[in-house]
Amino acid sequence: MSYPILRLVAQRILLGIVLLFAVSVLIFAGTQILPGDVAQAILGQSATPEALANLREQLGLNDPAWLRYVHWLWGILHGDFGTAQSSGLDIATSISTRLKNTLFLAACAAIVAVPLAIILGLIAVRYRNGFVDKLISGLALASTSFPEFFIGYVLIFVFAVHWQIFPSISTVDDSTPFLERLQAVVLPATALTLVVLAHMMRMTRAAILNVMQSAYIETAELKGLKPFDIIRKHAFPNAIAPVVNVVMLNLAYLIVGVVVVEVIFVYPGMGQYLVDHVAKRDVPVVQAVGLIFAAVYITLNIVADIAAIVANPRLRHPK
Amino acid sequence: MSNELDYLSRRVAAGKLSRRDFLGRAAALGVAATVANSMLSSAVRAAGPVKGGTLKAGLQGGESTNSLDPATFLSQVPFAFGKCWGETLVELAPGGGVEYLIAEEIGSSKDAKTWTMKIRKGVQFHNGKEVTPDDVVATLKRHSDEKSKSGALGVLKSIDTIKADGGNVVVTLKDPNADLPYLMADYHLIIQPNGGNDKPDAGIGTGPYKVTVNQPGVKHGGERFANYWQADKYGHADQVEIVVVNDPTARMAALQGGQVNMINRVEPKIVDLVKRLPGVTIRAASGRGFYPFNMFCDTAPFDNNDLRMALKLAMDREEMLTKILRGYGEVGNDMPVNKAYPLFAGDFEQRKFDPEKAAALYKKSGHSGSILLRTSDVAFPGAVDAAQLYQQSCAKAGIKIEIKREPGDGYWTEVWNKQPFSLSYWGGRPTQDQMYSTAYLSTADWNDTRFKRPDFDKMVLAARGELDEAKRKKIYRDMGEIMRDEGGLIVPFFNQFVDATGKGVEGWVDNPAQELSNGHALIECWLQA
Repeated sequence: MSYPILRLVAQRILLGIVLLFAVSVLIFAGTQILPGDVAQAILGQSATPEALANLREQLGLNDPAWLRYVHWLWGILHGDFGTAQSSGLDIATSISTRLKNTLFLAACAAIVAVPLAIILGLIAVRYRNGFVDKLISGLALASTSFPEFFIGYVLIFVFAVHWQIFPSISTVDDSTPFLERLQAVVLPATALTLVVLAHMMRMTRAAILNVMQSAYIETAELKGLKPFDIIRKHAFPNAIAPVVNVVMLNLAYLIVGVVVVEVIFVYPGMGQYLVDHVAKRDVPVVQAVGLIFAAVYITLNIVADIAAIVANPRLRHPK
Repeated sequence: MSNELDYLSRRVAAGKLSRRDFLGRAAALGVAATVANSMLSSAVRAAGPVKGGTLKAGLQGGESTNSLDPATFLSQVPFAFGKCWGETLVELAPGGGVEYLIAEEIGSSKDAKTWTMKIRKGVQFHNGKEVTPDDVVATLKRHSDEKSKSGALGVLKSIDTIKADGGNVVVTLKDPNADLPYLMADYHLIIQPNGGNDKPDAGIGTGPYKVTVNQPGVKHGGERFANYWQADKYGHADQVEIVVVNDPTARMAALQGGQVNMINRVEPKIVDLVKRLPGVTIRAASGRGFYPFNMFCDTAPFDNNDLRMALKLAMDREEMLTKILRGYGEVGNDMPVNKAYPLFAGDFEQRKFDPEKAAALYKKSGHSGSILLRTSDVAFPGAVDAAQLYQQSCAKAGIKIEIKREPGDGYWTEVWNKQPFSLSYWGGRPTQDQMYSTAYLSTADWNDTRFKRPDFDKMVLAARGELDEAKRKKIYRDMGEIMRDEGGLIVPFFNQFVDATGKGVEGWVDNPAQELSNGHALIECWLQA
């Protein structure tokens, strides 16, 4: 690999960082316009005016907005996300456990879903418009069309209540041994796999079919290569960029969008953590989680971009 | 015959036969349910609690924002876990009255202004220290401090001074209050070493379980405290665990799958299905919570008592109870108290659905056009359906109701206690005085019916300072009458707490104060092998 590609990569990363700063401003501004008041939300229906005033003062809600932004950003650059206003716990510590859980669940789902989706996509292309293709597409679309909670309930009913082979409650913590942890996430990971499968599989199929129209595929066919070899050697490498894009989008979804599955399976991940704190108007936590989610999205998109560049010789060796 | 019943009751005590089945067989043998019931409880008691095992609860109402500081308790999980690791001075006993815990006895001066609480000796905190009157004083001071964020600040407002005096704690009040012992049962007032001033969320109390796991919004756990002072009564399981399961379907699945032994908040609409499941027992306890339709008595058109009465008479309470709560409740009588309260007079005439009388009063009130009723999913489970049912029963009386469905977010800040006609809920209070003082005094912040009557206020204060129970009961009866006929609330029903337990859970006691046997389920139940 030569220098131009390094420069491209560096450019992407720099852009990502700038973007992250922009997002941080947006997040901060956004949380300022949220209706309601943290103090009111924390005390709930039992708020008395005295308790409200005390709490507002204690939380520093009386400082101007820009000052709070600067303080906040300075803290984050030093790895300090502050303390949660509602529970008084250190945000970085609470998030690290939750983030680990979320990443673990996402990884488990991804390890199954991504290869499965791509292989199914390849098979669908091989037998395109035939029975196998229609069966694969039909099943995948059906599983995606069901709402997540429905799939979750069906899995719980069959595997946790009826056969009792997997737990319906997937509570894990730092002390849970690896195998138990794996057993705990079987059902949620299965639900997530079913949800994201179709998107990736259909995209793989579409991208490869697109390439299959090219002249060189015809040449390969005329050469007498087996259909599957053509797909594997000639079509797939040229379809990687769009596939990687959609895979990354789905990975991002697995990390930032799984709150429903978390609630159903009682899995202590980031989603539930965020929702709880939004409900309590706990601004520092919402900001921190928002920033982490933004960073995940941006990072995964950079990876997708770079993968697309690396996979494409024309971008790899620009003239 | 009695041999067979004996055998059966022993089977129940051993957990081999469900209580339902037992009562069914007893009825088949021609034994009255009350007799069978008492036989049963004596058999279970004779067999005694079984020590050991891990008792697990899957509960709704826990957030990752929860803290172990009792002052911040608000939702169900911290409440129930607090009962595991901490104790208050007294508790609300299942049959009304108080159960003495850290306070051994409580007595008052003749004017009900000075109260002396004798602190029990030999009660130990989890850190090994013995509870002293100073700890109690510090706890009460922390919660009653104007600067405190305690949820108990409201009930402690009337306290003037708190002092330790030898083995006693002496509290003086600004105004007489005969209900002080009940105030001390507030679940926030867990006695902590030095009042929790050093580390409010340390989780050190005098309860039967020591805190071992504290992951807010996920899981809480405790192990039996070896030096607990009444180990024969509470703390039978070796360990207790609370898993936060906020999704009702997941909760029921966890109970069925045997991952937890008890759950709270069974949805009324599934109770009839769940009852038939093997091993699942529904624990329904009538309580003090109710779901009112609130009218502002000082805002047109509700400032007209004929209109208010018309709207009350247009409520079909029986239908509401069957359709919204599936029968898991009792019909209301347009007052905020019911028979679950101490000193409640049971001889009120039950208000009935009367469309003709409602129509006549409506005409008399001179109002025309539709009346706007605001509702939301968060007001109570089924609140939107309840509003629609009410719309239909009002239509029968010729009253036109327009329903506005409000978003759940902000309902409690923007609609409840702000708009003149809306649905709401009240969890109830331990005493009638507290209920009336919280929401029906002219000066109350939460006067959500804008009911402002100086004569009524005087009655509240008179009853509060009255130590003679018969006289108090009489005043409360008159107050209930006023509420029912002139107040601004329509009460279709009082709801029940519907919890459920799984296989082998014994020792449950129904308690009207709160769900999960007033939060005691984990400490008073045991697992029968």
